[in-house]
Amino acid sequence: MSFPWAQEYKPQGTVSKWVDERLPLPRLVYNAVGAGYPVPRNLNYFWNFGVLAGVALVIQIVTGIVLAMHYYASVDGAFNSVEHIMRDVNSGWFVRYAHMNGASFFFIVVYIHIFRGLFYGSYKAPREMIWLLGVTIFLLMMATAFMGYVLPWGQMSFWGAQVITGFFSAIPLVGEPLRQLLLGGFAPDQAALNRFFSLHYLLPFVIAGVIILHIWALHIPGSSNPTGVSIKGEQDTVPFHPYYTAKDGFGLGIFLIFFVAVTFFAPNMLGHPDNYIPANPLSTPAHIVPEWYFLPFYAILKAFTVDFGIPFTGIIIIPAKLMGVLAMFGSILLLFFLPWLDTSPVRSGHYRPLFRKFFWYGLIPSLVVLTYCGGKPPYTQWVVLSQLAAAYYFAHFLIILPIVSRIERPLPLPNSITESVTGKPLPAAA
Amino acid sequence: MVRLVAFLVGLFFSGMLLLGLGDTVITAIKEPAVPTVEAAFHEETLPVSFAHDGPLGKYDRGQLQRGLKVYSEVCAACHSLKLVSFRDFAALGYNEDQVKALAKAWKTEVPSINPETGEPATRPAIPADKIPAPFANEVAARAANNNALPPDLSLITKAREGGPAYVYSLLLGYRDQAGYKNEEGKELLKEFPEAATPAGLHFNPWFANLNIAMAAPLAADDQVTYDDGTKATKAQMAKDVSAFLTWAAEPKMENRKSAGWAALGFLLVFTVLAWMSYKTIWADKKH
Repeated sequence: MSFPWAQEYKPQGTVSKWVDERLPLPRLVYNAVGAGYPVPRNLNYFWNFGVLAGVALVIQIVTGIVLAMHYYASVDGAFNSVEHIMRDVNSGWFVRYAHMNGASFFFIVVYIHIFRGLFYGSYKAPREMIWLLGVTIFLLMMATAFMGYVLPWGQMSFWGAQVITGFFSAIPLVGEPLRQLLLGGFAPDQAALNRFFSLHYLLPFVIAGVIILHIWALHIPGSSNPTGVSIKGEQDTVPFHPYYTAKDGFGLGIFLIFFVAVTFFAPNMLGHPDNYIPANPLSTPAHIVPEWYFLPFYAILKAFTVDFGIPFTGIIIIPAKLMGVLAMFGSILLLFFLPWLDTSPVRSGHYRPLFRKFFWYGLIPSLVVLTYCGGKPPYTQWVVLSQLAAAYYFAHFLIILPIVSRIERPLPLPNSITESVTGKPLPAAA
Repeated sequence: MVRLVAFLVGLFFSGMLLLGLGDTVITAIKEPAVPTVEAAFHEETLPVSFAHDGPLGKYDRGQLQRGLKVYSEVCAACHSLKLVSFRDFAALGYNEDQVKALAKAWKTEVPSINPETGEPATRPAIPADKIPAPFANEVAARAANNNALPPDLSLITKAREGGPAYVYSLLLGYRDQAGYKNEEGKELLKEFPEAATPAGLHFNPWFANLNIAMAAPLAADDQVTYDDGTKATKAQMAKDVSAFLTWAAEPKMENRKSAGWAALGFLLVFTVLAWMSYKTIWADKKH
C-alpha cells in the first residue's frame, strides 16, 4: 500500500472473507484499480490513455484468439483463409477488421500515452522503472505488430518481412547467416510464416505480463500528475474507484466511438491496397511501405545516405545501410536512457519554458515530418526533409535535453496539488 | 558518463544526417532527377459515384446484376473470380433456382474426375462451387494472353488505389497515343519520344505505367444486352461492372455499415451515461 490513508479492503460476506484469507486476489484488484489506490485529484484526460491501451490489448487478444481459430498459417492457404474469414465465417469480417484496425488504435493510444509521459516528465525519479518497462512494452508491441502484418501473406506482408529481416543482413560478418537463421530459409517462406504466427500468438501474453510489472511499479510511487508536484497528503488524492473508473469509462466511450467509426465505415483507410494482392516473391511492389505506425522509424532508416569512413581514402568503417539500421533501433533504445539524460528536477513541461518550446516546436514537428516522409518514395525533397527531422530527433534527446535541463530556469511550482486546483490556475500550455 | 556518451552518439548521428543532407542536395543539383513519363502523364481516377458510397450507402441490386452480366460476358473470358461462389449471387437478388441456373449455364465448367475411370473431366457448376477460372493454370493464362497474366478480380477494388473508381477509369481510359495531350496541353510523344507504347500493349494513362497488356475490353456500346432494358453505353457497363466487383471484394459491406450504426448508437448512449456519472461522482471535488 503506497499511502497510509489508502482505504483498506474489507471483505463483506462470508465467502469474500473465506477467499480473502486463502487467496487475496480481490484485495489485490481493490488495491490496484479499486478504492484502495489513491490517485492525484488533478489528472487531465491525457491520463486516460494508459487504461485505453490496456483495453486495446484486450480487444487484440480476444479478436486474435478468434481469428486464430479460422486462420491457416500456410504460404498457399493463409491469404485465402483470411478471405474465408471475411466472407464465410459468421461475423468474421467484423473480427478481422476489428483486429486490423485495433492494432492501429493500440498504437494511437500508446503514442499519446508515451507523449504524455514525455511532456509531463513521467519518466523521472522515482518512476524510472515504470518508464523502462513501458519502453519494453513498446518494443514488444512493434515486434508483435510486424509479425501480425506478415500473417495474411499479401504483397506488403511478404515484402515487409523481406525488408525488415533484411536489417539483420546489414550486420557485418554474421548478418546474412543470422538472417537465414531467423527466417529459417533464404527468403520469407513457410518456415518464417510458421514461426511468425507462433510468436505473434505468444508475444501479446508477454506484453500482458510486462504490463502487470508496469502497473506494479506504478503503484510504488503512485501516479504522477500534470503539475509534477508530489502528493503531500490525503487532500491531494481521490480513490481510483469511483473517481477514475468513472472518468475512464467516459474516456473509453469516446475512444470506442472513434474505433467503431473507422472499423465499420473506413476499415481499409489505414491499410495498404497491395496487401489485398497475394504474396508474390517474383514481383516487387513499386513502393514497399510499412504500416503507418512504423513510418517515422522507416524514415530514419532511409535518411542515412552516406557511408562513414576515412575521407579521401575510400575506407568505409560503417556503411550507410548499417548506420541506418543502428540509428533506427537507436532511436527507440535511446528512450531507455531518457531518465538520465533529462536531469531537470522539475517534472512537468508546464513549468519548463525552454523544454516546452523544444517539445512543441522541435520534437513533435520532427516526428510529424518523419511519419509523413516515411511513406513517400525516395525523392530529393522527402529525403532532405527526413534527414533534417531525423537529425533533430537525435539531437533533441541526446544533446538538447541534457543541456536544457542545465541552463533552464523553471517557473515557480505550486506548493501542492490541492493548491493548484483550488487556488492559482495552471499556466496555459505554449 | 551517460550524458557524455549520449552527446557523442547524438553528434555522430545528427552529423552524419546533416552530411547526408548536404550530399543529397549536391547530388540533386549535379544530377537533377529526370522527369518520368509516368509522373507527367499518369491520370488520377475519373469522378464517379456509386449507390454504395458513404456510411449510408447500399448496393444497387439492379446494378450488381447488370455488372455480373458484364463480368460473365466480357471479363470472365480472361479474369477469374476465385473467391466468389455461385451461392453468393443470392445476395444480388437472385432466388435459389436462378442461382442454380446461373451456375449450370456458366461458360467454363468445373474441373472434376470421371467417376468411372478417374480420368480428368469437367462437370457443370453447382451453387456451392467457386466461379471456375477461365484458364487451368498460370501458364495457360499467360500463353493465351501474350505472356501477360490477367489478375484475379475477387479483390481488385480493394487491391488498387482508388478502388471502384480506378476500375471504372481504367475501363474507359484507352486512348490513341498519337497526338495524346494531358490536361496541361503537353503532348506525350513530343515530350517523351521514346515512350511510345510497345507492340502488343495498349496505351491507357490510368494504368500505372501507361501501357497495359489488356486490349480495351469494352469496345462499343451495346456490347452486352441488359435484361432490365438499361442502355448499355460503355460508361454504363464500366460503372456496373465496377459496382459488381466492389460487391465481389466486400460482400458484407451492408452488414458492416448497419452494424456500425447500431454500435455507434449504443456507444453514444453509453458515453452520455458515462459522462453523467463522471460529472455526478466528481461534483464535490474540484479538479
